[in-house]
Amino acid sequence: MIAVGALLHAKQLSRSPFEIATALIVPVVQATLAVYLFRAGGEPGRMLEAAVGAGLMGVWSSVLFGSGGAIQNQRWLGTLEMIMLAPRPPALVILPITLATALTGTYAMAATLLWGRLLYGIPLDFADPVAFAVAVPGCVVGLGMFGLLLASTFVLLRNANALTNTLEYPIWLVSGMLVPITVLPGWTGPIAAVLPTTWGARAVREAATGSGAVWPSLGVCLAISIGCLAAGALMMTYVERRARAAATLALA
Amino acid sequence: MSEYAIEASGLRRTYRSRTGWLRPQRREVQAVRGVDLTVGNGELFGLLGPNGAGKTTTIKLLNTLLIPTAGTARICGFDVVGQTREVRRRIGYVFGGDRGLYDRLSARDNLRYFAELYGVPGREQKRRIAELLELVRLTGRENERVESYSRGMRQRLHIARGLLHRPRVLFLDEPSIGVDPVAARELRQTVAELAATGTTVLLTTHYMAEADELCGRIAVIAGGRIQALGTPAELRHHADGRRVLEVEAYGVTDDRLAVIHALPGVREASLEVVGAAQVLAVQSDARVDVQADVLRALDGVRLGRVTARQPTLEDAYVAIVNRVDGRRAAEAVPA
Ligand SMILES: Nc1ncnc2c1ncn2[C@@H]1O[C@H](COP(=O)(O)OP(=O)(O)OP(=O)(O)O)[C@@H](O)[C@H]1O
Ligand SMILES: [Mg+2]
Repeated sequence: MIAVGALLHAKQLSRSPFEIATALIVPVVQATLAVYLFRAGGEPGRMLEAAVGAGLMGVWSSVLFGSGGAIQNQRWLGTLEMIMLAPRPPALVILPITLATALTGTYAMAATLLWGRLLYGIPLDFADPVAFAVAVPGCVVGLGMFGLLLASTFVLLRNANALTNTLEYPIWLVSGMLVPITVLPGWTGPIAAVLPTTWGARAVREAATGSGAVWPSLGVCLAISIGCLAAGALMMTYVERRARAAATLALA
Repeated sequence: MSEYAIEASGLRRTYRSRTGWLRPQRREVQAVRGVDLTVGNGELFGLLGPNGAGKTTTIKLLNTLLIPTAGTARICGFDVVGQTREVRRRIGYVFGGDRGLYDRLSARDNLRYFAELYGVPGREQKRRIAELLELVRLTGRENERVESYSRGMRQRLHIARGLLHRPRVLFLDEPSIGVDPVAARELRQTVAELAATGTTVLLTTHYMAEADELCGRIAVIAGGRIQALGTPAELRHHADGRRVLEVEAYGVTDDRLAVIHALPGVREASLEVVGAAQVLAVQSDARVDVQADVLRALDGVRLGRVTARQPTLEDAYVAIVNRVDGRRAAEAVPA
């Protein structure tokens, strides 16, 4: 159910004209950004790392905007009532949607790497291709679960849109997608340590560059994500009940 | 198995909304004010009423989308608040309108997704979806994206979705909106067949003929309360002792309508636009012949055919609903 749901939602999402336009342009920008940042830094050897990091930012943006607005989106489509009528826990109904947002985000990763290769000749020599091939989907699934928590909390917040926008860049930074965490001020450390994005990014980077063991980081990422999933599921149950009491499932 | 498919007692629902931002004002709408209802297994039950009467709200209270402010309801013996999942397994919901579908997916993908969601077993899905596409006559177009569908086609897809998991209780909220006459007839046939094979159907519609043809029993709801309940034949008694005069006219004003309404012996007067013409329906006591008075009141208006007939379900409906309006107007006068 979750797999079919996620795939079909990904299909619905990826066919949006806005999405297609973004998907065409953003990776090019990101690849360019990565290249110039590191060229300027005089570290051409780390270009692959940079491209991967940029790709991860794409995944994160997709999850943040997609999942944060997932419920609102379904409400606008008028499908929220119909999916909530399913005889299933509400969390299982929404999870495929947040997974789908992560899934469409992976496209950004692939495209960034591809453009990096084509335009700037960044060599795609992964230290551990197998680990990379596992770490990326693992990271995507983790982010999808994290997305459920976002989805359920954001519907409760009135200013969710503002929050979404303000969260995009800080989380890139804090999770070390673009620059290593070690160069960030010390107080960000604890925040980074509890975010699944940090560990996911670390696992993917380690797989790409061989800078460390992939599996522990991926494990931590998934463990935290499962925690988020559980919290998100509780939230969803609460949110669903509240929506039925307040009559906010329909577009009113 | 419970004796009744649908039981509701003392069902109430108040909507609270806040308007204004700087100085928020609370507004309350009592949409449903105490509805008692029992519908037997396999019954085809109609819910009629004017716009804003509380029909949709009642349906959403019964199908778990809303939590009642007061009162209780059971579907097949399961409580709609406490045993939500058991209820949802047994119900289907179809509403009128062209929203509620994934536009960028094909009809087949939409059905596949909802089949999965509603727990149709994997090996059955393909056959069931093909069956339903055939039933709503979308076969051949099932791989096109829904965004390219006409309104009626979307509505038919809604219906197919509502039937996917073979629900025991089916809620149809204005299912025939936007559906062409041929398809509407097929829809009525489908609904009748479903009821004949044991599915309980709760139907709302604004088409009296549809309700008359299909429903075993009908409740007329207005102002959030059930005003009359019975078989179509029983409801027609509300117009007993009356006659209906129908006049085709062009350009009847509200003032003239008020004058006609005030004529001696006239009980109801309503105006409906049919194509370019208006149809004025005047209900009067059967003993009084109001034709001459009505035609005099319409002096100067271009008229078409004038016919006198026996009251229909629609006339009975108008009588019931107007009685409520009259009472409410009386209540509104401060004591
Ligand atoms: N979400 C909501 N918030 C506030 N008021 C609402 C909401 N939904 C419905 N109402 C109000 O409740 C009343 C009953 O509405 P409902 O939709 O049940 O009517 P209905 O009988 O289905 O009408 P129609 O024939 O137009 O479909 C109306 O006065 C409507 O304005
Ligand atoms: Mg309605």
